[in-house]
Amino acid sequence: MILWVVLNLLALGVVAWASERLDSRAPRWVSLAAFALGLAWAALEWQGGPDANGLYAAQSFDWIPRFGIAVILELDGLSLLMVALTMFLGIVAVVSSWDETEHGEGFFQFNILWVMAGVVGVFTALDLFLFFFFWEVMLIPMYFLIAIWGHEEKGYASMKFFLFTQASGLLMLLSILALVFFHYAATGTVTFSYRDLLGASVPESLRPWLMLGFFAAFATKLPAVPVHTWLPDAHTQAPTAGSVILAGILLKTGAYGLIRFAVPLFPEASQDFAWWAMLLGVASILYGGVMAFSQTDFKRLVAYSSIAHMGFVLLGVYAFNEQGMQGAVVTMVAHGFSTAALFMMAGAIQQRLHTREMARMGGLWTHAPRMGTMTLFFVVASVGMPGLGNFVGEFLALLGAFKANWPLTVAATFGIVVAAVYGLYLMQRSFQGEPNPDVAAMPDFGLREMSVMVAMMIALVWVGVYPQPVLDLSAATIRGLGVLP
Amino acid sequence: MTAAELQALSPYFVLSGGIVALLMLVAWLRTEAVAFGGALVVLLASLAAMPYAAGAGPQLIDGMVRVDGFALFFFALFALAALATAVLAFRYLRPRAAHRQEFYILLAIAVLGAAATASAANFAGFLLGLEVLSISLYALIAYPQDAKPPLEAATKYLVLSGAASSTMLFGMALVYMATGTLAFAIDAGELARSDRNILALGQAMLLAGVFFKLSLIPFHMWTPDVYQGAPAPVTGFVATVSKGAVFAVLLRYAVDSGLLTSATLQTAVVVVAVLSMIGGNVLALLQTNIKRLLAYSSIAHLGYLLIPLLVAAGPGGNQSLGVETSLMYLVGYFLMTLAAFGVVTVLSADDVEAEDLEAYDGLFWRRPLLAAVLAAAALSLAGIPLTVGFIAKFYVVAAGVSAVEVATWTLIWALLVGSAIGVYYYLRIVFAMTKQPEPAVMSARVSGFAWEGIAVALVLGVAVLVLGVQPSFLIEALPTLAGG
Repeated sequence: MILWVVLNLLALGVVAWASERLDSRAPRWVSLAAFALGLAWAALEWQGGPDANGLYAAQSFDWIPRFGIAVILELDGLSLLMVALTMFLGIVAVVSSWDETEHGEGFFQFNILWVMAGVVGVFTALDLFLFFFFWEVMLIPMYFLIAIWGHEEKGYASMKFFLFTQASGLLMLLSILALVFFHYAATGTVTFSYRDLLGASVPESLRPWLMLGFFAAFATKLPAVPVHTWLPDAHTQAPTAGSVILAGILLKTGAYGLIRFAVPLFPEASQDFAWWAMLLGVASILYGGVMAFSQTDFKRLVAYSSIAHMGFVLLGVYAFNEQGMQGAVVTMVAHGFSTAALFMMAGAIQQRLHTREMARMGGLWTHAPRMGTMTLFFVVASVGMPGLGNFVGEFLALLGAFKANWPLTVAATFGIVVAAVYGLYLMQRSFQGEPNPDVAAMPDFGLREMSVMVAMMIALVWVGVYPQPVLDLSAATIRGLGVLP
Repeated sequence: MTAAELQALSPYFVLSGGIVALLMLVAWLRTEAVAFGGALVVLLASLAAMPYAAGAGPQLIDGMVRVDGFALFFFALFALAALATAVLAFRYLRPRAAHRQEFYILLAIAVLGAAATASAANFAGFLLGLEVLSISLYALIAYPQDAKPPLEAATKYLVLSGAASSTMLFGMALVYMATGTLAFAIDAGELARSDRNILALGQAMLLAGVFFKLSLIPFHMWTPDVYQGAPAPVTGFVATVSKGAVFAVLLRYAVDSGLLTSATLQTAVVVVAVLSMIGGNVLALLQTNIKRLLAYSSIAHLGYLLIPLLVAAGPGGNQSLGVETSLMYLVGYFLMTLAAFGVVTVLSADDVEAEDLEAYDGLFWRRPLLAAVLAAAALSLAGIPLTVGFIAKFYVVAAGVSAVEVATWTLIWALLVGSAIGVYYYLRIVFAMTKQPEPAVMSARVSGFAWEGIAVALVLGVAVLVLGVQPSFLIEALPTLAGG
């Protein structure tokens, strides 16, 4: 069934492209239908409940038997959560760029659907070759989204994005192959199956290096300081749908990879590395926050804030306890909503004012009160206001991290203060203050935009007030990893 | 000659007989259709004879030619590449040459030479095949009669390739002097009696000549100029068939002779491989001419191929895995290179080739199918999944990691670094194609609709993708070929 969901997205991508010939508006409807279908499927699987192994759906068959490569797709709690988020944000992405593209609408939707197909594959693949395959499949359509429909510096930004991800991906490929080889040397069977490789006997001296191969790929995607530099460029230059997908989903594949692969495959090496990883997390939190504060570009500010938020994920994962991991997962979900909403806002403002510079905004609230309200809500959410999703995530991550290493956690906590500063600064510069005389009028959000914004609001409040269902979903997976005390 | 030997040689007989028949035919029936159609028929007939030849099992004939799965595999690969080249050249040549009949016959002769090279079992067979191949290539490169760049390219190739051949020949003479045999395989007794210094010197000279033909750094100087000057379909042919044949014979010679058990030569190969992988990719970075870019890219790809060579023939390696990996990589390399040059050919106008990267601006919006094929080829050359290039590169890294004592981490790192650099310039091609076209560029400068060329490019592009997603059937077939 999972494979069909992936193939469905791929096939509908082709349909969307072809439907352009009928009507230039047809592709976006096809896309919308594809994600709605996917979301419905995820909801049904959730309703159906897990089987005895904690899986909501599973599938496996041979692919390239010569190398022991199989198609193994499994949907457990964490995967389900991520897939549902993917489908939901797919809808948001389509809606947020409803009439943004001026040309090539069919190919645009094709790329969106193909990125998401790759993402669903990444979140469900439990064969390392297949995982790597999907990992790379996400890349090319995303590259096209930025390179074709991006803003001024799209060539530079898309190339940087691709090179960073590709180069770090190659390190992971090398680690995967070395892991498979050592497993083969010890047991005599060639396999890429995740479960078989979990206990692979790798020479002690090489373990940290193989772990670092995985960590490099995931930390780049996350992104963590110091391999974050592709992100501000890619986010700023990408079209709105691209930013929403990048921030909402693609960054999460990095976090997911850490939880699912980097830590369980190399528990001891990861434990030894935990202090450094947490340090990188704290560095990301503080650096991202400070950099966000010094931006004058609305979108770039939100981009830097993403680095800071993902720092909490890194901190939580490497705290090596359940609270930390849970905090990371909740942060992933909440950040998906809040940042997607802010990027959508940045896109909407750019479409209306043709600028992202906050100096050319100011007092927008008077023109567009609905947009102002929404911005305020999601800025406050992203700052970490209790009662909203981000607070739960960051609180749990800090709680877990405190047990593991209190000095670093104390430093990380300052990140929340910084977040309040740049969040409110963003709000003040754009929507409050003296109305900018250059802006005569600005159309407010319509029903289309408001409906997805409200949906994301509800989701954030739900995760903030009653996070138990999310925690339950991920708890089974996190305990099943077998690395926590 | 026994019946089994004759059976094994049947595709070679069909091809050479067909070539002679065609030569006589075009002497009095000078229509292009006859030569073109005849060449296709002869190539297809030799392909059709292959299952029959394979039925004879591996045969070593006169110590000079060895026909086995390996040799026939390469023969088939060369014949298919020649078929694609012939069809691509059909429309391309019309405005460029008045008499086009011999072009197709030369292609068939080149295939014969390449197939003979790949099935050589001693130096006589090696040299004979290689020279038949090279001499037809000189003529193929210089074929467009009024243009200067092809002539320049052919002259360069003639002089430099001649120098390389003589180096190689001298190397063979030294090896013969040391061991007293022309055969690739040297038996232990002879090896013990031989003068090691002369043997090593001979083998080093031999390798230098081979590396020249494979355009590995530091023997690569001719490559970009010849690639750029040669007519686009011929460039694709040189990049694939000529290099494929030389690599095949190198692989066989290295495995049979134990050449790479010598630590010095092994180090030399490692150095050349690292230089080619890194250097080829770095030099390709700033090219604005797609043919030159692909020339440097092919340098890097041949560098990658040295890893399976070391795995196959190095001490402590894994022969069958190394050979298998080489075959897989060459299949991928043939497909993606021919696809790329196919698109260049189809897009070329009557007077000027589509060699400037600028000619590809906005191709996605003008010619989406061709752009998709070129994008698939470029991404495949870069080794991105969903394409055969990824499977091939995966194979190489897997082989390298599993025989890391001989392939060494240095080589694997060089491959990864080279690939990462390579992504940049392959993406430049893709990025150029996604640009919004200037209205002026929109008007096609190509006369006529080259449907048959487009069809070939499409088939190649589809093959790149299909083998990238479902490579199992090829992978399952390779070990039997590699073992032969």
